[in-house]
Amino acid sequence: MADGICNKVAIIGMGCSKFGERWDARPEDLIIEAFEEALQDAAIDKKQIEAAWFGVFYDEQNTGKSAYPLSQYLRLPNIPVTRVENLCATGTEALRGAAYAVAAGACDIALAMGCEKLKDTGFGGLPERTKGTFEDLYQPSFTPPGAFAQLGAAYAAKHAIAMDDLKRAMAHVSWKSHQNGALNEKAHLQKKLSMEQILEAPMVAYPLGVFDCCGVSDGAACAIVTRPEIAKTLCDGPFVTIKSMQLALSNGTEMGHQSWDGASTITTRKAAQRAYKEAGISDPKAEISLTEVHDCFSITELVLMEDLFLSAEGMAYKDILDGRYDADGSMPCQIDGGLKCFGHPIGASGLRMTYEVYLQLLGRAGARQLQSPTLGMTHNLGGIPNRNVAAISIFGLNE
Amino acid sequence: MADFGILGFGAYLPQKRISRKSIFDAIGWINASLKPFAKGARAYANWDEDPITMGVAAAQACLAHAPQEVEAQTLCFASTTAPFLDRQNAGIIAAALDLPKQTHCYDFSGSQRAALSALIVASQNPKTRLLLTAAEQTPIRAASTMEILCGDAAAALLIGEGKPLAKLHGTKTIYADFVDHYRTANAKTDYVLEERWYRDEGLVKFAPQAILPLLEEAGIEAAQIAHFIAPVANPALARHIAAAVNIKPTALADSLFDTCGYAGAAHALLMLVQVLEKAKAGDWILATAFGQGCEAILLQATDAITDIAKHKTEKQGAITHTLQDQLAQGIIENNYTKFLAASGRLDIDWGMRAERDNRTAQSVAYAKSRALYGFIGGICSACQTPQFPKSHYCVNPECGALDTQTDYSFARRLARVKSFTEDWLAFTRDPPLIYGNLSFEGGGNIFMEMTGCETGEIAIGDLVAMQFRIKDIDTVRDFKRYFWKAVPVRIGKVEKETGKERTKSKGGGHG
Repeated sequence: MADGICNKVAIIGMGCSKFGERWDARPEDLIIEAFEEALQDAAIDKKQIEAAWFGVFYDEQNTGKSAYPLSQYLRLPNIPVTRVENLCATGTEALRGAAYAVAAGACDIALAMGCEKLKDTGFGGLPERTKGTFEDLYQPSFTPPGAFAQLGAAYAAKHAIAMDDLKRAMAHVSWKSHQNGALNEKAHLQKKLSMEQILEAPMVAYPLGVFDCCGVSDGAACAIVTRPEIAKTLCDGPFVTIKSMQLALSNGTEMGHQSWDGASTITTRKAAQRAYKEAGISDPKAEISLTEVHDCFSITELVLMEDLFLSAEGMAYKDILDGRYDADGSMPCQIDGGLKCFGHPIGASGLRMTYEVYLQLLGRAGARQLQSPTLGMTHNLGGIPNRNVAAISIFGLNE
Repeated sequence: MADFGILGFGAYLPQKRISRKSIFDAIGWINASLKPFAKGARAYANWDEDPITMGVAAAQACLAHAPQEVEAQTLCFASTTAPFLDRQNAGIIAAALDLPKQTHCYDFSGSQRAALSALIVASQNPKTRLLLTAAEQTPIRAASTMEILCGDAAAALLIGEGKPLAKLHGTKTIYADFVDHYRTANAKTDYVLEERWYRDEGLVKFAPQAILPLLEEAGIEAAQIAHFIAPVANPALARHIAAAVNIKPTALADSLFDTCGYAGAAHALLMLVQVLEKAKAGDWILATAFGQGCEAILLQATDAITDIAKHKTEKQGAITHTLQDQLAQGIIENNYTKFLAASGRLDIDWGMRAERDNRTAQSVAYAKSRALYGFIGGICSACQTPQFPKSHYCVNPECGALDTQTDYSFARRLARVKSFTEDWLAFTRDPPLIYGNLSFEGGGNIFMEMTGCETGEIAIGDLVAMQFRIKDIDTVRDFKRYFWKAVPVRIGKVEKETGKERTKSKGGGHG
């Protein structure tokens, strides 16, 4: 029986570029920005990196295919570099590849890099993509907000919540993230919004208004990982270790079987159960200090609070309105501003979330610093509610 | 010897209607002579409808209404506006109806009387049962007479030997290369000459040549005709035709001007369907069609028509509407630019999302054609779970059996809305794009586009039916691809105006 990855991998350095509409930057610029920060943070030489994983989603308008761009940009010494892509979990997948490699002893030090350059399409929102030659012929021509908006009406119906009440809770999700993002100089959007501004925003996809949607931006983030015994020789003080990395993918049940209620994400629930077990967490509500979840849309974050078993069924909207997930709540969510304020450069997001948890655990989050966090969780939901990949990672300090 | 005649009938009218006043208000400054026609409403196909989709819907209604479980051996599609000149349109319709591979499919075109021509040809080969579906989406120019008079619609008949609802007693045809209007292969719209030429030298002279010998051979007096079908764009002309053959004006069948408009090659069948919906046993029905001559057929309603007086049949769970229901259930549009946009007559900046390349992988479309056209999924023989698309492993998480699925049709099944959105960001030619997860009654689930619904109308738990529609248009390669979409089932709802907005207080629905 596998015993998982808990405490087998240490993160010794991380970097994150400024996120935003980086009209002047190419992927190379973003990657170097994140990489140099991580390299200095880890205080190692580039030549000590023995393998790398590179997360890119939209290769067509980003770096192109393969892992070659990362090797070229960083002038890596012909080491193995692997490109990974798994929808919005792409950045986390890069970290998972690097973490598993060092845990397995295949190499001592590995790099995980995620990058996305979304703002070269000429229009707002995510670029169009094919769903597959057969799927394109029958699946709806949906957009991400439209696909996630489905959760709104279904959740309201399932729990008999008036849409006005749900909309207020959704608005609070965005309001809270903007409050947090305003303190983060690396965030794309650093402006606070009022509840009225959010509630009265133009409709994008019912029931989502403009401010229920996360931004679209460019960015890169990375991590340098090793095994704890090596980390002890490289780090002066405490360092961050991985407690859990779990992934769950849809198998067609949501889209093709009536057992799914349309108001939750099956994969998140499966991944969460496994992640808590791997990390040895029996009471996530009490043990986890902070979360960075996939707040692509406000309704997603709301539903995820239940899927992660942090709020009781049908109670997330009340917990949100009660401020439980605010910066001064019992379990802050998106303390860095989240996708809402960072935008969602897909390949980078998972590592950007990890970056914030990493800073918080080490007490380096500046104005956003929470008091003595012990465990932080990141969550990505790639795809759409009825066909997706959920990735959950839990981090803490070395023991 | 079995009687030959009409074994079933059905019609399809697009839900969208534009008030003719709205048309005239927009174009009256150009052509003030159209003012007398600025009343009632005309039906028009939305962007995702065309003669093929309308033809499918009419054929479905026909098959659902047919009192006997009969299978057509041939399928004829009659239209002068079929989307493809060289790709069998009837073949697409047959695929959508999931007819047997051996079905003989063919297209009839070239004249406004194409549909009746097909019926007459079928009568010469009575042993072969024909499903005849006719549809028209007349191409029109702004401010033309055709724009205000025409309507898009489809009608279908099942014809053959058996116990007909209306028995065929004779047919007559004359041809004449009489040009009152024409549309060349290179033209986008018709070239139409003055009405007096059409009426005085065409209609009133051709009609007696076909009708009088037909009645004489059948031994029927004109006065015995209970329903005279004279399909013409301007209904006022029908009275001239009736007078020319001594048929009483009261026998003239409703031209459907008020609620539909003239549906070209489909109009004779459309009017015939309306007549059959109300005909009584023994009624004599004379149907004509004009176009470079005249076709005339003589029918008599039989006792069998009494048996299906109630046409609102529910068959295999699907709800079919009578033409009368559909005439009453339109959505009246008063926005002329939406009417223009629906048929692509307005050059709209749809934004960059509309640049998406919709190239179709034809090998995939062919390999999956029963799924895409027939809407055939699978049902697991181990756990009885219907599923779409059909797959090797069963989708039921409690089952997962391998290669246990047999064919299962979703085309005529109703579903309930599990989740939905109205997406203002997605590209559609009729924003917002509405789509959601649907749960079929009897099992099965699909993520699907919805159509024929207004903003603010859909709620969780709503009942929807499946309709064959245009899924995407490939503007680069001038190709359309089709799939099924969900349309709301409006039982007992009446004609309504557009413009309703979703209120902020509207909840998740009534699931």
